[in-house]
Amino acid sequence: MTGSVNALVRDLQRVVGEEHARAQPLELALYSRDAGLALGAAVAVCFPASIEELAGAVRVTRRHGRAFVTRGSGTGLAGGATPIGDPVVIVTTRMNRILEVDAEDRVAWVEPGVLNLDLSRAVAPMALHYAPDPSSQAACSIGGNVGTNAGGPHCLAYGVTSAHVLALDAVLGDGSIARLGALEPDAPGYDLRGVFVGSEGTMGVAGRIAVRLTPNPPALRTLLIDFASVDDAAQTVSGIISAGIVPAALEMMDAEITRAVEKFVGAGYPTDAAAVLIVELDGLPAGVDADADAAARVARDRGARSVRVAADAAERELIWKGRKSAFGAIAQINSDYYLHDTVVPRTRLPDVLAGVYRIAAEFDLTMMNVFHAGDGNLHPLISFNAREPGVLERVKAAGDAILQLCVDAGGVLSGEHGIGMEKREAMPLIYSRDDLDVQARVRDAFDPEGRANPDKILPAGSRCGDLQRVPEGAWI
Amino acid sequence: MDLTAPTGATLEAVEAMQGVIRESRSVALVGTGTHSGVGGDVRADREVRGPAASIRHDPADLTVTVSAGTEVGALDAELAIHGQECALDPSDPGATVGGALACGLSGHRRLRHGPIRDRVLEVRFLTGDGRLVKGGGPTVKNVSGYDLPRLLVGSLGTLGVIVQATLRCTPRSSVSQWSTGTADPFAVRSSMFRPSCVAWDGTQVWCLLEGHQDDVMTQRDGAGLAPSEAPPWPIGGWRGRIAVRPASLRDLGPALAGVTGLRWIAEVGVGTVHAAADAPEPIEAARALAHDHGGWLLREEGIGVDPFGRPLPNVALMRRLKDALDPEHKLNPGRLPL
Repeated sequence: MTGSVNALVRDLQRVVGEEHARAQPLELALYSRDAGLALGAAVAVCFPASIEELAGAVRVTRRHGRAFVTRGSGTGLAGGATPIGDPVVIVTTRMNRILEVDAEDRVAWVEPGVLNLDLSRAVAPMALHYAPDPSSQAACSIGGNVGTNAGGPHCLAYGVTSAHVLALDAVLGDGSIARLGALEPDAPGYDLRGVFVGSEGTMGVAGRIAVRLTPNPPALRTLLIDFASVDDAAQTVSGIISAGIVPAALEMMDAEITRAVEKFVGAGYPTDAAAVLIVELDGLPAGVDADADAAARVARDRGARSVRVAADAAERELIWKGRKSAFGAIAQINSDYYLHDTVVPRTRLPDVLAGVYRIAAEFDLTMMNVFHAGDGNLHPLISFNAREPGVLERVKAAGDAILQLCVDAGGVLSGEHGIGMEKREAMPLIYSRDDLDVQARVRDAFDPEGRANPDKILPAGSRCGDLQRVPEGAWI
Repeated sequence: MDLTAPTGATLEAVEAMQGVIRESRSVALVGTGTHSGVGGDVRADREVRGPAASIRHDPADLTVTVSAGTEVGALDAELAIHGQECALDPSDPGATVGGALACGLSGHRRLRHGPIRDRVLEVRFLTGDGRLVKGGGPTVKNVSGYDLPRLLVGSLGTLGVIVQATLRCTPRSSVSQWSTGTADPFAVRSSMFRPSCVAWDGTQVWCLLEGHQDDVMTQRDGAGLAPSEAPPWPIGGWRGRIAVRPASLRDLGPALAGVTGLRWIAEVGVGTVHAAADAPEPIEAARALAHDHGGWLLREEGIGVDPFGRPLPNVALMRRLKDALDPEHKLNPGRLPL
């Protein structure tokens, strides 16, 4: 049974301190959504400063019969941190310490609120970095990255977050703390770490995370390649992979986004290009040179107009600054945007991209594409003005059409943003009843009382025998 | 569109397996038996085998969909046709793909290629009540739903019967070369960029380098190593795998050298030690040292040695998962102490 909010907040304050548990309307409004479009409502917000406080807060929510939703920096785009069912929102921003760095074993223990880029900066003097690099890396937290199994441009060669999390201390729904994974290889038992990563806070909260640190590559070559057609660029992506080259990153930007970015940061992008590719090779010098030459050859064979190689670190950083500023840059075009995230087999990219532009035309929407082409991970970005009557419905319908297009091409629903609220109802597009039932059982094994971020990822009715129910107060 | 749904002979085999699972009280999962000593001993009424060899390689996507009964050696040969590979690297290439994934033991190139679990994009498996379930998806990146492939890898067949997997491939390096010497293995490892393996037996170091010819030579010469054969991975009637934090090998190595009758080679930078003997006692002694260094020794072969050596962590949580996927505990009873 849920008790009074005042008593709940008082009990939370005993754990985290008076100023760090609150229920003022302004605060609740602030934490009613993440960077996605879904809106919810929290009953209280609290800010633990350690794993002990975090576990204590979870125990308080349990005593009061409440669910809890964990939130890092709130940069998630799928509504994974949207509070549904009057939960307590637990914010990890005060848990921002790097607890230990072991340069020999190349491991760091961090608290979940440590920002992704801050970790790489902290270990830079040891010539190490943290490889997953979402575009929001200056703002997003490692804990949030663990929640969504976040990606980024350099995950093409280095793998997504899961490949970089060795172990974590998870606070489970009952407030107990379990060490999942290990710093030793091949520890026996189930890979609980592996299934926890990417569970979007529905299995508990990571209170401490051991991440793998990656040595900085001795050689690096960054290419900016300019194309007169989107199709040539897409064919080049497949061509590079087929040639046996796995670049560290292989990113694509179409004409509209390239122009917007160029106006925004002045990275020297060709503003008359139909598409540009950023290809980055890293490793040892001879291999990098050979691969860079081969990639440039593939591009020229497929009609590239020019291949610019970054001459120094400054030029490389400028090229990347352009890519990573893309979502800021589009503010010049319109006030709002919806950023999609799907993956298709990379060989289907040319067809699927053509389909995406067809859908844009059909729904009369401005659609831009800036994405992880090497992974087949599309990010169609719909730019709109929310005050325009009826536009939200059109955006939503176009998003659904893109999802269907990608699924028809053998793709999946999300590559790195997660399912959250946004794509929950789309799960049956790729999973059968039995698939979803097993996923629900696995989730329930971690959180039998269903109090960790309820009603996310799985659509209502996923458990065989589940009653159809729609959470109150949620809309997208 | 479900591009990787089992079809044809694979689907027929899956349906037969479903029948066996549904009508039996308990089933043992059997491959080619190369790793049957991993985990506890299984006692079951019936056996099921993974669907026979079926390989669908998509070279341009760098992925391959393979039935569980396919031998790793056969998969490797198929991928080599297009200059690709999937570094499963079981100690015996006669191992099946399903068996290698279920055991979850990473091969000797883990230092460069990462653990075996990172190779898996999608699994199709049968639950304890005989349902055919898909986890993950065929694309190289995917966060749609819970990451069941990770959960199945290394579960020793106790959560589900893997019948098919879609794996990530990589281009095969143009040069792949072992070299050896007597340099300090820890210095060798830290001086090199992405070596595939740094093996050490307490006196000699072997290094596997993959990549461009010039880079391989430069790194090899820089470390003062000379071209060689692969290291003599230890064999014997009793075998185990030690897992410790990589830096612990500095102290563990000399301690293992003091165990009479033990043959061992460590993977520096990884924390794995392959140990073998002709009797159980040296393995038990090695296990005691592994425990002293905060790690494990997992039995790979040999009677009279406990498979794990001490209680597993998170047993209550693992038991709930077992109940969720195999409610009647039909699959591989005895393999894991749950």
